[in-house]
Amino acid sequence: MRLDVVLRVATKFMLAPLLLFALYVQFHGDYGPGGGFQAGVIAAAAIILYGLINGLGPVQRIVPVGLLEVLIPGGVLIYVAVGLASMLLGDNFLDYNHLAHDRIHGQEWGVFLVEVGVFLTVFSTMIAIYYAFAGRRRS
Amino acid sequence: MIATHLPVLLILAPLLGAILAALSRNGVAAWLIGLVASALTAAVAFALLWRVQAEGVISYRIGGWAPELGIEYRVDAVNAFIVVLVGIVAVLTMIFARRSVLAEIIPERVASFYTMMLLCIAGLLGIAVTGDAFNAFVFLEISSLSTYTLIALGRDRRALVAAYQYLIVGTIGATFYVIGVGLIYLVTGTLNLGLIVERLASLQSSRGLIVAEAFIVIGIGLKLALFPLHAWLPNAYAYAPSSAAVLLASTATKVAIYLLARFLFTVFGGHIDVGSIAFGSLLIGLSLAAMFLASAAAVVQNDIKRLLAFSSVGQIGYITLGLALANPTGITGGLLHLFNHALMKGAAFMAMGAIVLRTGTAKLDELAGIGRVMPWTAAALTIAGLGLIGVPGTSGFVSKYYLILGALEAGHGWLAILIVASSFIAVLYVGRIVEVVWFREPAAAAREASEAPLEMLLPMWGLAGVTIWFGVHAEWPAGLASAAADTLLRMVP
Amino acid sequence: MIVHFSQIATILLMVAGLYVVIARGNMVKKLIGLSLFQTSVYLLYILPGKVLGGTPPILDPARAVYANPLPHVLILTAIVVGIATLALGLTLVVRIKEAYGTIEEDEILAKEGPKENLKDRVRNRSKSGRGGTAA
Repeated sequence: MRLDVVLRVATKFMLAPLLLFALYVQFHGDYGPGGGFQAGVIAAAAIILYGLINGLGPVQRIVPVGLLEVLIPGGVLIYVAVGLASMLLGDNFLDYNHLAHDRIHGQEWGVFLVEVGVFLTVFSTMIAIYYAFAGRRRS
Repeated sequence: MIATHLPVLLILAPLLGAILAALSRNGVAAWLIGLVASALTAAVAFALLWRVQAEGVISYRIGGWAPELGIEYRVDAVNAFIVVLVGIVAVLTMIFARRSVLAEIIPERVASFYTMMLLCIAGLLGIAVTGDAFNAFVFLEISSLSTYTLIALGRDRRALVAAYQYLIVGTIGATFYVIGVGLIYLVTGTLNLGLIVERLASLQSSRGLIVAEAFIVIGIGLKLALFPLHAWLPNAYAYAPSSAAVLLASTATKVAIYLLARFLFTVFGGHIDVGSIAFGSLLIGLSLAAMFLASAAAVVQNDIKRLLAFSSVGQIGYITLGLALANPTGITGGLLHLFNHALMKGAAFMAMGAIVLRTGTAKLDELAGIGRVMPWTAAALTIAGLGLIGVPGTSGFVSKYYLILGALEAGHGWLAILIVASSFIAVLYVGRIVEVVWFREPAAAAREASEAPLEMLLPMWGLAGVTIWFGVHAEWPAGLASAAADTLLRMVP
Repeated sequence: MIVHFSQIATILLMVAGLYVVIARGNMVKKLIGLSLFQTSVYLLYILPGKVLGGTPPILDPARAVYANPLPHVLILTAIVVGIATLALGLTLVVRIKEAYGTIEEDEILAKEGPKENLKDRVRNRSKSGRGGTAA
């Protein structure tokens, strides 16, 4: 695999557009199809692709296991924190109306923050699943 | 301010606890977080019960969306009852868990164990409080997925196979449930239980609804281990880590029974065509089969945990029998037995957890004479066993008494006789335990053991104590159960 | 027949998936069947959400008719659940393979089940209170 020039070069060309596309899907989720879930999977696919070509060691230098263990609950924590913030502002759980100066901006901010949490959790969970299977030795 | 948010705080406390426990990555910190989170959960559960008793139904809209569009949490006398049960068991299990987890779980996995435990509690409470059929599916899967993980964390390699088999069966069950919910959505256009009931009244054809009921009953039946669908349960309980077995045995199947009752009475019971389907008599047949056959299977087990698991399948038969009678006394009896059985089975599995901690075995023949070295633990196990039989003076007697009254009220005198007759099978399997534990000469495993630590004895005796207390003073649980039964039969969501 | 094409496809998938779960002893194949079974449910929800002539559910003054977005949201959740179940199931299979050296259900049961039951039965019959021999 290491000497396979075609795969390695093709991957190099694909990684940056993949990550960029993930960000596009993430930030465009407010206006069109997309959102944290899809973006997280696309971004994770980029990392997994890198891992498939370069092996588990190099990819774990980019995204270490310790980071994943923080990001998976961290994403959920963002989601819960947004819900708690809306509760502290006097609304129901996950009611974004008072998160900004008016309703529309409040909703936009609320959805955006929750989607960030979703992105982090989905992204790190997909990579964690890949690590868990790729890291097992054949006995 | 907090009072209005109680329904969602009930879910948030264990969920936030799970996140923090996962972030802590430290066994001791995770246990402390778990203890605080479950104590908060129990406090919120009691506050909810108190508010429901004072003010009636509590409705909470997630995100402020109306029930047509969003998810509504709805707490009435039925859920409040279940939620309090889960809260009590959760906090006692957490106290109990520390020592047994130290002994049974690899240190690196302790934090994940508590994370999964809290997620499981959050999922179970979510099923109980949500008023949205699809949201219930999501919570069902949250609790199920964490349950599979909890079982797989057991030391024995058979735990892996048990977890795998439960995963297959549990997923089929949840998928059946979601198919049924999908069919209901197709015929009514809503997922909110209250709105479903309203729209069912104007339904032209009930064909889709009948299919939906079949799918939902079988799906939930798999989760609650209704008699022929119980094959996953004995191995899952026997090989799960002790503290996970306590939590599962006392809450998981109970919450599934709640969901079944909610659908049978609140949703389908309101529709004239589906309400008249003879599902009740089928349920009576299955319950009787569970009461006799599963209890008989318990008699021949050598592993006490498996014995208790088979006894659980049998005892679930009494609960579903109460529901199938469909009169106020019968349902009260069923729900009361749900409550009492959860507490006594919790005590029994805690006792077994302590015995496994001290002796390393749950095999009946290796535990001969254990009562002489671990008298308090063995006494708690015996009290729980007497409760399973339904001896007067234990809470099991009260709930079976209600069931017999319900059967007589429904005009089924033979059912009352069968309830009494099936209790004699419980005498056999409890008798085997009592005989071996107290009256045999101590075996090798027993001689080296010592009494369980105090922090395990306290929650164990808490549950064993209420088994006796509620057997003598049954007013509180019986009042809750009969209020829940009235709510179910009034067919208002 | 053609009218209910989508429903027929859904039910075929559903039954095929369930059949694989029941009929196969290989644990990975069982999981494949389980996934197929779950996927059929996605179809059950998504198909009725289609509105003939409707556009994607994005608010736009020029378009009045659009597909029902709710089933898509529900099924997005169900897909996540499906992925989690599959990943957990495969993880368990990997660990079962490491513990038993096989993923055929019959062979695992042969290694564990009957021996255990037989031993129990013998012990029950003899009703001996002596400590068991090391397993």
